[in-house]
This record gives sequence, C-alpha cells and structure tokens, in this order.
Amino acid sequence: MAKLKIEDLEKIADDYKRKMTVREGGGRVKVTVHMGTCGIAAGAREIMNTFVSEIEEKNVKDVILTTSGCAGLCSEEPMITVEVLGQAPVKYSKLTPEKAKKIFEQHVLQGIFVKEYALSIGSEKVQ
Amino acid sequence: MKTYRIQLMVCTGTGCVSNHAFDIKSALEKEIAKHNLQAEAEVVTTGCNGFCGAGPILVVQPDGIFYQTLKVSDIPFLVEEHLLKGRPVKKLMYVPPKEKAPIPKMSEIPFFSDQTLIALRNRGMIDPENIDDYIARGGYKALAKALTSMTPDEVLQEIKKSGLRGRGGGGFPTGIKWETCKKAEGSTKYVICNADEGDPGAFMDRSIIEGDPHSVIEGMIIGAYAIENVREGYIYVRMEYPLAIKRFNIAIEQAKEYGLLGERIFDTDFSFNIYVRRGAGAFVCGESTALMASIEGKPGEPRAKYVHTVEKGLNDCPTCLNNVETWANVPQIILKGADWFSSIGTGDVTHDPWGGSKGTKVFSLAGKVNNTGLVEVPMGITLRDIIFKVGGGIRDGKKFKAVQTGGPSGGFIPESLIDLPVDYEELTKVGSMMGSGGMVVMDEENCMVDMAKYFLKFTQEESCGKCIPCREGTKRMLDILERITVGKGREEDLDLLEELSMMIVESSLCALGGSAPNPVLTTLKYFRDEYIAHVRDKKCPAHVCRQLLTFTIDPQICLEIGHGCGMCKKNCPDGAIIGETKKVHYIDPMKCGKCGICYDVCNFEAIKVE
Repeated sequence: MAKLKIEDLEKIADDYKRKMTVREGGGRVKVTVHMGTCGIAAGAREIMNTFVSEIEEKNVKDVILTTSGCAGLCSEEPMITVEVLGQAPVKYSKLTPEKAKKIFEQHVLQGIFVKEYALSIGSEKVQ
Repeated sequence: MKTYRIQLMVCTGTGCVSNHAFDIKSALEKEIAKHNLQAEAEVVTTGCNGFCGAGPILVVQPDGIFYQTLKVSDIPFLVEEHLLKGRPVKKLMYVPPKEKAPIPKMSEIPFFSDQTLIALRNRGMIDPENIDDYIARGGYKALAKALTSMTPDEVLQEIKKSGLRGRGGGGFPTGIKWETCKKAEGSTKYVICNADEGDPGAFMDRSIIEGDPHSVIEGMIIGAYAIENVREGYIYVRMEYPLAIKRFNIAIEQAKEYGLLGERIFDTDFSFNIYVRRGAGAFVCGESTALMASIEGKPGEPRAKYVHTVEKGLNDCPTCLNNVETWANVPQIILKGADWFSSIGTGDVTHDPWGGSKGTKVFSLAGKVNNTGLVEVPMGITLRDIIFKVGGGIRDGKKFKAVQTGGPSGGFIPESLIDLPVDYEELTKVGSMMGSGGMVVMDEENCMVDMAKYFLKFTQEESCGKCIPCREGTKRMLDILERITVGKGREEDLDLLEELSMMIVESSLCALGGSAPNPVLTTLKYFRDEYIAHVRDKKCPAHVCRQLLTFTIDPQICLEIGHGCGMCKKNCPDGAIIGETKKVHYIDPMKCGKCGICYDVCNFEAIKVE
C-alpha cells in the first residue's frame, strides 16, 4: 500500500460511503421492497435484484434498500415503498424490473415520482 | 466496491467472543450462502457494543434491528425470516425488565439512547481490523488538520482549552501535562498510552482498544506532534488482553503501511512511531513510575515522585503518559474544537483547569444492575440516571444499597447520595473517586464489610511490597476485617481501622497504597451500623458472613409440610442435625459448621437464617 496523501483520506471515505450509509441507517432515500410470501411469489426478489444492480451500476451512495413483510394488498404485489427524506412515502404496485428501473431513475435519483405506477402517496390514493 | 444492502454487524468484543460470537458469524455466513444472499448481505465483525450482558449481539443495518443472546441454533430462522422475508424476529429482540413488548431498534433501547459517544464514537460501526473503516468514519482527519493547518502550540492550546482531564484515575488536566512535558528540557521525549487496566470489574480501555484501536493511535500521534521532540511512543498493555494486543498490532501495521506512522507523516517534517509493550499483569504497573520501570525492563515498582515523569520518565527523558480513553478523546477535540468539547460536562475551565469536568466518561457498569456493560455518559449525569435509566435498575426488583466507583482505590457511595452528579470533584468530596471508571452496583444482599474486605484483599495482594505502610498496613487492615467477618471483632477495631487507614494514606509511596483504604473508610463512614452489628451483636444484617449466621429449623414447617423428610440430616457434613424421618428435625448449634447446605437442600423452606 502506498503512503497516503491527505486527499486520499477523502477518497477512502467516499469509496466507503455507501457501506457507511447502510451501517448508519441514514441515507437520502429508503426503498422498501415488500417481501411477504405474496410478494416473493409475485416476483419481489427480481425487483430487489434490479435495485441492487441499479445502485451498483450507477454508483449511488445515499440510498438504502430494505425489506418488509406483506402490506396487506397481496393482489397488488410486487410492491415497493420509496421514501425520500422529508417527503411522504410513495407506494408503487404491480412492478416489473422495467418499471422498477424507471422508478429508480426518476423517483430515487431525481426525486420526480412516477405517477403511472404509483398506488398511494402517504395515506392517500393516487387516482 | 461491492454493494450490500444489508450489513450484519456481529459484536466481537471479548464478552461476546467468549459467548461464541465467532460461531454466530460462521453460522450467519453459512445460512446466507444457503439462501444465496452473499451478494446482498455482508457480515462484519465489530468491537464491543457495550451491552455485554446481552451478548452475543447482532445488529442488522440499515434498519438498526438489535438481536441479543443469540445461539447458533437461532441463526437459520433469523436469516430466513429477516433477511429473506423481511420480517425481523421478535423473540430474539431486547425486552426491557418488567415489560413484555420487545424494542426492535437499537437506537430506541434506553441503554443506548441515553448515552453520549465521544471515546466510543465508532462503537459497533467499524471493523477494528480494517483501517479503511476507521477512515470512512472520519478517522485521521484530525491528524491531517493538526499537521497541516495547526502549529504544535495551537494543538496544545486547543487541548488545554477543551478542559480534557485524565481518564485513568487522577483526573489531571491533560493540556497542563502536555505543556509541562513540552517545556521540560530534553531533545528526546516520549508519549505513552497506559493500557494497563487492572481494576476488578473495569473493561472500558480494553473495549476501546478492541473496538477502535486507531482512535488511540491517532490521539497519540497528535499528542507527539503537540509536545514536540517526540519520535517514539509506547503502548503499555497487559498480557491478559490478548485480543487488544492483537488489534493494536494490526492497527499499527496498517497505519505504517499508509504512512500515518513512520517517517515524514503526510509529507511534513514530523516523524513518529509507536511500539507495543506487554505488561505481566501486575496492578501496580498502572502507576506511572512503575509502568515506565517495567518498559525499561526493570521490576515494576514505583519510585518517589520528587521529580515527575513529565520531567524525567522513561529512560530519564521527559515522558507524557495518558490513559487509553484520554488519547481516544484527542482526535475528536481537534476535529470538532475545544468549544464543542467543553460545552459538554460540568463547571468552567476557562481560568482554572481543575474548575470542571468536561466531555464524557466511559463506565463499566457491573454488579446487581439489569443492564451490565459499557456506557459512555456526559459528565455531570447523576448516579441515579446511570444506574436506573441506562442500567435499567436493580436486578430482580431488589433494593439499591450502594455503588462502588473508582475500583479498589475508590469508595462506596450510599443511597442517600445517589443524586450526586458524576464529576471529578464531587466524587472525591464524598470519599470516592472517578478512577478509571469501574462502577459496581450493590443491592440489599451485599454485606458492606465483606465488600470492603474483597477490595482490600485485591490491593493487598497487588501491593508491590516496596514501602512498609502499604505492604504491612494493608495486611493488618485485612486481618482486622477478616476477624470482624468471622465474629471475633471488637468495637475498638473500627477506630483502629480508621487510624491505620490514615497512616497508610499519608505515608505510602504511591497511589496504590494511598488509595487502598478508601473502600474501608467509606464503608465505615456510610455503613458504620453494619460494622457495629458485626462487632457488637455478632450479626451480619445482609446474611453474607456465614460465621455470624444462626441456622434453625421451623418445627411446624418441617413436620407439617416436609413431614420430616430428613434431607437436611442426610446432607449435613457436620452431623449437626438431630431427628428421625417423619419427625421434627433440629440443628445442634454446637456442632453446626454454618455451611448453609441444609438451607440449600430443604425443599420446604423450613431452614431459617438469622
């Protein structure tokens, strides 16, 4: 290993940022994939994998990905909840990997929620 | 770098390791592989989380779910439920005493939420054997700041201004110590980290080293830079801490590879190296002069301090010795500033360095308290808050009696003083001391005479024998205490104990002898009644000193409920129990050896103790 320069400290910290975001449970956006039996049967794992590879490919460091159980709307699975810090959580339903990619690019990265796939914002239904 | 959506933080402090934390880790890895989750979940080993009573501990991030007292057999279910299906497992979570609902999140458990972390800032967040983890949490930034934008004098002034005081026992202002060493004459100077933690029940320094060794190393480098003419530093750590020694060595190697130790650090003119020296585990070697003698290869005995070690210490050169926790505080002070540090704590240190206690203190909470473990709390917090809020109160709903602070050199603090703020001066005022931070909680079932005897026995055995007051004095005191606990005490013994104590305090060579009588003095002061019960009535109110107990059998219970079962008679080693099966049994007091076996074996609680 080479001798560190002061700039290298920042570089190492930046490389580790994603890991630390997960460890600290912080992050700008939290994506929850509903992984009840219904969700898994409907393909939640594929949705999860899509998010994992998107995060990796685009080198995003401030998003945390987590799972939860069934949300009670089994017919709408696979579902996810996207929570941008300081905003109401948005639930998306009947997802496919393509839809998930679009949500990731628009909502997670740019903060523009994808109306056509959304089921509800906070406790309100999207018409 | 690989993306993991889950980080499984397995605590591998000594407490959890001895409860098979590494088996938990392998089981987790095996189950993760079985479910094909290797790409999603990473298992990380961390240092001590502090909640040692609940070990082995696992924290699942990013949700911060806290699992406790895990067994290898719990892991398959945990991985399947939580990691695969996203359903945290309630039955493995922490449940507060006397409550039923578990608290899933670590941050919401009172033990953790009521703490303020400075020295333990990376607790459970980093792998102590990976320097990058430390750097990712802001490590070595303080060193970079000090070396490139501050002069040695400015660093020193910052530490002085912060009000940081020694965390190892005496509470000497760190800035003043550094300044004296800096001003002392000599072209070769040393800094030393005292990791010879020896108090019974104290393990905070060990946990800091095991969990975050780089924080200590960074502190030492900054100290060496501020004091100037320091090219070498030593870490004196006891042999009984093998994991701490291992992690220190790994950390030093990694720091050297990165050029954070060695020649021309960060391309400045400043060069510095650290060496680990192992002690053989003598308690007295925590004393500065004995410690330095031991590093020099001489017998670990203290010397009289007409000349302080900051003037003439290791190899007769000016030496600055600070404790593990003190060094670990330094980087944070440099990074966040003296004003931030001094905003936490008590008093005012702007004009008088002894004017207050600043920052936080790590305590190892042990004894009869629900949440045993390591806690870092702001100075000025009351003993009540530590014991009842963070500590979760007394075990089994018993009554609080006293708390012993400062290890064997400290004293006992009774219930009437439980609202005392934790602060160097306040603790000294009541006859105890901050010490290194041991805190042993006692309930109504502890005999204060017996406890005082326990602590004095420890210091007596650890007395190096160089000076007579400590060597002989503590031995005589122990003889007297021994005599009191077996019912041969005399009333004048209490005055004799006080007289001997005063003599030992005044004439001992070092602080070991100077503070050894504290447990006896404070119990005599606050629990004199208990001593009097022992010497005058020959009774032990807490039913601890067996020789002072009288065992009798309640004839009614024995006959009517137990039907004279004869269990006691069969087990009595002294043949002191008279009676026949189905008839009442009696204890012959002349033959009774007071072993208590009858009490333990009676199924009907017919044996009465007084």
